[in-house]
Formats: sequence, C-alpha cells, structure tokens
Amino acid sequence: MELHSLGIAELRRMLDKGEITAKDVVSSVCSRIDAVEEKIKAYVTITREEAFAMAEEADRERAGGVKKALSGIPLAIKDNMCTRGVPTTCSSKILKNFVPPYESTVTAKLKERGYVLSGKTNLDEFAMGSSTENSGFHTTNNPWDTERIPGGSSGGSAAAVAADECIAALGSDTGGSIRQPAALCGVVGMKPTYGRVSRYGLVAFASSLDQIGPITKNVTDCAILLNAISGRDLRDCTSAPVEVPDFTAAIGKEIKGMKIGVPKEYFIEGLDPAVERAVREAIGKLESLGATAVDVSLPHTGYAVATYYVLATSEASSNLARYDGVKYGFRAEGKDLVDTYMKTRAAGFGPEVKRRIMLGTYALSSGYYDAYYKKAQQVRTLIKDDFEKAFREVDVIVTPTSPTAAFRRGEKTDDPLQMYLADIFTISVNLAGVPGISVPCGFTAEGLPVGLQLIGRHFDEETLLTAAFAYEQSTDWHARKPAL
Amino acid sequence: MKYEAVIGLEVHAQMRTESKIFCGCSTRFGSEPNTQTCEICIGMPGVLPVLNKKALEFAIRTGLAMGCTISAYSRFARKNYFYPDLPKGYQISQFEHPICEHGHVDVAVDGETKRVRITRIHMEEDAGKNIHEGGGNYSFVDLNRAGVPLMEIVSEPDIRSPKEASEYMKKLRTILRYLGVCDGNMDQGSLRCDANVSVRPVGQKEYGTRAEVKNINSFRFVEKAIDYEIRRQIRVVEEGGKVVQETRLWDSAKGITESMRSKEEAHDYRYFPEPDLVPIAAERRWIDELRASLPELPDAKKVRFVSAYGLPEYDADLLTSEKAVAEWFEEAVKAGGQPKAVSNWMMGDLMKLLNGDNREIGDCPVGPERLAGMLKLIDKGTISGKIAKTVFEEMYRSGKDAEQIVREKGLLQISDESAIEKTVDELIARHPAEVERFRGGEEKLLGFFVGQAMKAMKGKANPQVLNELLKKKLS
Repeated sequence: MELHSLGIAELRRMLDKGEITAKDVVSSVCSRIDAVEEKIKAYVTITREEAFAMAEEADRERAGGVKKALSGIPLAIKDNMCTRGVPTTCSSKILKNFVPPYESTVTAKLKERGYVLSGKTNLDEFAMGSSTENSGFHTTNNPWDTERIPGGSSGGSAAAVAADECIAALGSDTGGSIRQPAALCGVVGMKPTYGRVSRYGLVAFASSLDQIGPITKNVTDCAILLNAISGRDLRDCTSAPVEVPDFTAAIGKEIKGMKIGVPKEYFIEGLDPAVERAVREAIGKLESLGATAVDVSLPHTGYAVATYYVLATSEASSNLARYDGVKYGFRAEGKDLVDTYMKTRAAGFGPEVKRRIMLGTYALSSGYYDAYYKKAQQVRTLIKDDFEKAFREVDVIVTPTSPTAAFRRGEKTDDPLQMYLADIFTISVNLAGVPGISVPCGFTAEGLPVGLQLIGRHFDEETLLTAAFAYEQSTDWHARKPAL
Repeated sequence: MKYEAVIGLEVHAQMRTESKIFCGCSTRFGSEPNTQTCEICIGMPGVLPVLNKKALEFAIRTGLAMGCTISAYSRFARKNYFYPDLPKGYQISQFEHPICEHGHVDVAVDGETKRVRITRIHMEEDAGKNIHEGGGNYSFVDLNRAGVPLMEIVSEPDIRSPKEASEYMKKLRTILRYLGVCDGNMDQGSLRCDANVSVRPVGQKEYGTRAEVKNINSFRFVEKAIDYEIRRQIRVVEEGGKVVQETRLWDSAKGITESMRSKEEAHDYRYFPEPDLVPIAAERRWIDELRASLPELPDAKKVRFVSAYGLPEYDADLLTSEKAVAEWFEEAVKAGGQPKAVSNWMMGDLMKLLNGDNREIGDCPVGPERLAGMLKLIDKGTISGKIAKTVFEEMYRSGKDAEQIVREKGLLQISDESAIEKTVDELIARHPAEVERFRGGEEKLLGFFVGQAMKAMKGKANPQVLNELLKKKLS
C-alpha cells in the first residue's frame, strides 16, 4: 500500500509508531502528484517546497515528543482560502497574482495542528459553478473518468482526494460545492452547520451561505478534520458561540433506533434511475443496521433553487465589488476611473461570475428589492421551517446528493439553468443552515460514483457522522479507487 | 408672496473611539497615509468585520442623550457604490434598522426654545480619502480614515431658518462633546453636515421639492449655505420655475451652491442587510447602565447654574456651552470664588487670553482655584480690581499664583489713609488751578485727581479711600 492512498487516521498511527516519517508521506504524495496531476489537473498551485519544509518541521517536533493532531499530514486547500505568502486566486484572472499577507482562520488552525500544505486546488471561479469548468485557468478532470467533470465548485479538492494527490482536503460549500463534487468523485464531503467553522479568510461568494468543510477518503477522517477546523472565531461574528464536541467520539456508535427521514420531494423526475437505485439501497442498508426509515415532506423544496439564485447572487454582486483594479489583483488601465473599472472587471471576471453579478445587482435594485431579495428571504425562512418541522420527527434526512453522476465536460456549459439544477438536492441545506454530508453509496453502470446525502439538525454533525460511519462500515464503496 | 423654508439636517459625527469600527486599527488623525490600515479596512479578499463595542456604546449614549428609543433589534446594511476611497465597493452602514430612533434636541433661538425632532441615529464606517496631488493623470488613496466610526444624526424637517439650523448644529456639537463621543471639529471633518432644504409659501402644508446641500464644512457656512439655497429656491419659484430634486454642492469660495447630480443621476445604493455582521440586540441592562452614567447635559446644567448660583441666563448659557468650561467654573466657585465674579472673569479676561492663544480651557495655565484665590485678594482689599487685571494676566503668563505676584511686584493695595493723604496733599498743592475749578462746580475734575493720584501711586491706592480723601480735601 502506497502512503498517499491512505487516510489521516491510518497515517497518524504509523507516524506515531515511528514506522514512517512525515517526509515519507509528503514524498509519496508528491510522487503521486507527479504521476497523475497531468491527467487530473486538480491543483492551481502545488506547494512542494513549503510541503517538504512543513514535513521536516513535523518530524522535528515529533522527535521532540510534540504530538499534534495533523502533524505531517498533507492536505490540499481550495484556492479560495487565504494562505499567507501562497497565492490565493479563487481560480480567477482578477486575483491571479494575489498573495495574501494574512492567513485564514481554518488554515491557521491546521498549521497549529501541524499539517502539511500540499497545494491550492482548482475551483469554479469564485466558487460559482458545479463542474469546475468555470475556473479561469483550466478544468479539472474526474479521476473515475477523465472525460468527465469532478463536480464543483470544490472540484479540485474532491479530485485531489479521489486521485490520492493529497490525504484530505478542505472545500467550501455555498449551495453544494463540497457535497456534490465529493459525490461525483466518490469521496466523503461535509458542509458543517453555518457558523460551525470560521469564514475568516475564505474569499466570500455568498456570506450567509458559505461554509468551509472537509473532503476526505472516509468518515473517520472527516471527523478528525472537523475537530481541527471547528469553533467560535472572534474574527468572524457569524461563527457560533457553541461548544465543539470531539467529533471522533461519534464514530462507531450504533444507529439502532435512529429515525431517518426520506423526503418525497427529492425523488423526482430528472433523478437518474441509477442514482435512485443506489440511494434506495443505501436506505435499506441503514434500516438493516437498525434505523427506521419514515417518509417526511419538505414542501418548499421546489423553490430552493430560485431562492438560492436570488440570495446568493445578491450577496455575490456586493462581495465581488472590491475587485476593481484599484488596490490589488489584476488591473486593466482605462482612460479614466470608470473606464478602468469596466475594463478591469470585463477582462478579469469570467462569464459565469459576470452573469451572477448582473443577476444579483438586478435583484437588489431599487424597485425590485421587495419582489426578489425580500421575497427570497421569506421563502428561505419557510425552507428553514420545513427542516425544523421534519427534525421533530426524524434524526437525519437522507437524499441523493446529486441527481446524476458525473457528466461529461462541456455537456452543460451552454445551459446555465441545467448546470444550476446539479445542485437541486444540496441547496436547501445551505439555505436552512443545517449540516450535510455526502458519502459514497454505489456506482453507476459506467462505473461512476454515486453519493448519499445525510442532513442533520443545527449543530448536530455528530449524528450525521454516526450514521455515515455506520453506513460506510457496512459497505466497501469508500475502499474503491479509480484506476489511473 | 411670503415664503417659509423647511430644513432637515443630516449630520455625520466621527466617533472618538481609539480603534476603528470593524477592525483594531487606530483612528488617530493626521498620520502618514495608509499607516493605520490592515487587511480588514483595506478590503482584502476574505476578511470580515467585527463591531467595535465602544462605537455601539457611543451611539447608544448619544441616542439616550437625545431622548431616542434604543432599538431592541438593529442591523447593519451594505450601501453599494464604486469609488476608489471605498475599498470594499460598499459602505457598511445602517438602513432599515438604525440603532436609535425618535429623539429630539431643544434649541434656543432668539430667546425661544425650539424642539427639533431626531428621526434616527445610525452607525456607519467612514470612507478613505482621495488625494489629488502631483499633477499627473492619477490620484492617491489614503485609507487611514476608512473604517473610522461615524454616527449619522438625521433630523426631521423641523428647522425653519438658517439661524435655527446653525443653532441646532451648535447644540448637537455641545451635546456630543459633553458625552465625549465626538470632538465636534467641523474644520477637520469630524463633524459634517448635509442640509435638505425646500421652500413653500407661508400657510401651505405640503413641502416643496427639496435639494440636498452637501460639503458644508464649517460652522460659519451652515447659515450661509442654507441662506443662499433658500434665496435661490425662492428666486426660481418667483421666476415661474420649479425647484428640482437634486444634490448641490456648497462652494465656500464663491458663496454659492451648485448642482452636483440630479435625481435621475442619483445612485441606486442597493442596500441589503450586511450578512457578515449579526443583528444587534443591545441588552436592556446595559442600556440602563449607560443611561444612568450619562453626564448632566447642557440644558439641565444651565437651569441649575441659574438657580444654584444666581447667574443670569446669558452667563449660564455661555458657561455651559462646554462641559470643561462649566466644570472649571464650578471648581472656582467651590474654591471660594463668588459665582458672578468668577463668571465675569471667565467670560472676560480668561476667554480673551485663551482665544488669543487659541487654547482650550483644559490647557489654561491658570487653575480655577488660582482665580478664586485672586478674587479673595480683591475682596480683602489686598489688591484693587484694576490691579487684578494685571495680576491675572501675569498669573496666566507665568503660572504663579496671585499672592506671589502681588508680593514680588509690590502690587499690594495701599489702604493706609496717611500714605494716600500725602499724595493727595501734594497733588492739591501742585494743581491750584484745577482745585479752583473743581470748587467752582466742575465736579468731573474729580476723575482727573483720581487718575493723577493713581498714577503717582502706581495704581495701588485703594480707590474707595482715595475717593473719600479727595472729596474731603477738595471741598
């Protein structure tokens, strides 16, 4: 077994026993990157030098008896989280040369715990997209079929984990951007409760929806990484002042008696039969482990995509206003100030980002605000209420993560609406602020992975982890690797 | 036709907090450009604002002092527009849910008290500054001011004249300075004023179309700019035209307002709730604490100065216009100074000296107890009121106390009749003609003799004793 193919927990055991060094691990990951990155193109920046330096530091510390949770573990970071001294581009031309002079809270926490940065991963520009095809630099390919997309927007992170180009990764999820690529790449991805993880240093797309979370090879690693990044941050007042449990303690608990809700609104036309079959089988598996499946209804599900594309684009239109060519990043000189603004933004942003800025600007315009933004906020409340009601009856809700398995490159790029529907099952979770996890639950006939989404109550990631781990242990989907 | 002006003011007050409203950078004025900045106030990608509690406290204190309701639920909102001095492309302000609403400020105008209602007070961040220097085809941006906390105090259209407007501004300044939340310096821009002005025929209920006058950057110009704008609008109406809704800029050099942008060109700020900041729910207990800790405010102090010290309204008004002045007065009285005498000296010699040096009372080299000490010397007859003027100025210049100056300069008043008598006798002997005329009924010559005697005695003669002696000897 090559070291790069292992997960965090296994590597830590070996490192702790002194069987291997952090340098061994990073060497293995780097050679894997050398071998497959050309095919996958998961990374925007590979930080080989930093990685070896961090690994050496980890080995030094370990020799000195210092034990840290992620000591010597190579992790890939989505390129919309600021890393001091390392370019942070959001896969946008407008930030191509941006090197942050500060560290995001999540990567600072990883640093404290001894992690090794393997590199910054590709994404749909500013996290806007579901296929990573909207990257301003290059597309990333699905390790299971390199003709296909890895999902998005955290496609680079999910592909890197699936291709063993890192041990685990961080993604960000505004409408499904962790869970959907995790499902399409056959790995585990969690969007924690809104407020669980600090957003400080995460380049904002839609502030009220964005949340950082782990993308890992198994559920145990998800719990380990969640432990590392969770918690109230005084730099982010939307991070919640709630206690952080030891998430790994949720691993291995029984699910006997757990009530799982199956919302009828998620088994609809457009859902790929192969996906539906895999999800139904997974529900059966959970029942066989002692859980009880019950039908629930989330009646406002049908409004989620529309609601999301009003709110997310509104916030984005404002969040992206700072990229004006004045202070940092790309600038196209114009004949005067307004011309400079226009040229900079015309050349710096890609078409999907421009589309969303225009949508959001329109939705917030005077005279339209009540009809769009305000109305969408009201519907958001209804969607939140749907979940609250459902969670009075059940402990977790189970759905497909994505209506289809990975699609082909270019298949949906000409039809933004079709692309938006790729997130139809994940968007409500962000609107409600509740946590969701995607775990592998089978393969299509073409050998493409399918994801099972588990949704939990606010700040109850533990139940999700318990259920996801129990399911994972009863299958071997997660153990399969793409042939590269 | 007679016209009436309808005026509402929007006042921006920079809060005197140590650090900025959403980051830890210093708010100090006048530093090298961009030395008081960080990734947050220059709007780098991924950064988040965190509210400075002190700024919230200052806004609440101001609201309480102006009789406002403090909102149980308050929120920040984003005001979106592009400008190089606005690094995020939006200003964090408040829109639908300001922190304070429904207050009032009482203003004395020509002996009458006028109540101006306060619509709202909200918090927001200041923008940076564009610097046009060097003459090239470029500008510089200084972001030291970006993120300095501001309060916007919006009045109802209750003001009816330029004079009322300037009195209202002065009253706001006094209150803000009493609270210690703003230094009220219009010249440095820590207090700024925009005026919404309209005119209507007297008796008409509906408001006329208003114009917003911006860039009124000094107390002197509040009255001038509004006065100009009222006259301009009346002229427009009388010439058969219509006032258009627009933003106008006050040009202090030309003394006129000029159109900046019309209603059609007005920005659509696309306000929406700031998702990076949680709503504010100020605790009742904290608000009660802040209310209890408010200082005595100028109106209350003035009433007390009249009743407790027997001061005329005029004196009380002047003495309470600055908290530090009022405190100085009360300390001098506490140290034994007779209130009216203290007031006279403060409003006269003291203010003259301070103004001449451009000094605040806090930097006055003469302490209140020193003035009281000098007043005691006058009361005891140790020095004359005339000499006291010299003594006071010397106290101010040298920092010495009155007794020491009197001793060192030999300024003790001479009340000893025999010493004065000697001078008087000499005078009478030297001026027989004048003595003759006085005795012949030219009584105003007494002044001549007093003057001559004082001159001879270097002003130290007790004027009462001298007067009596002169009268006795001359008659």
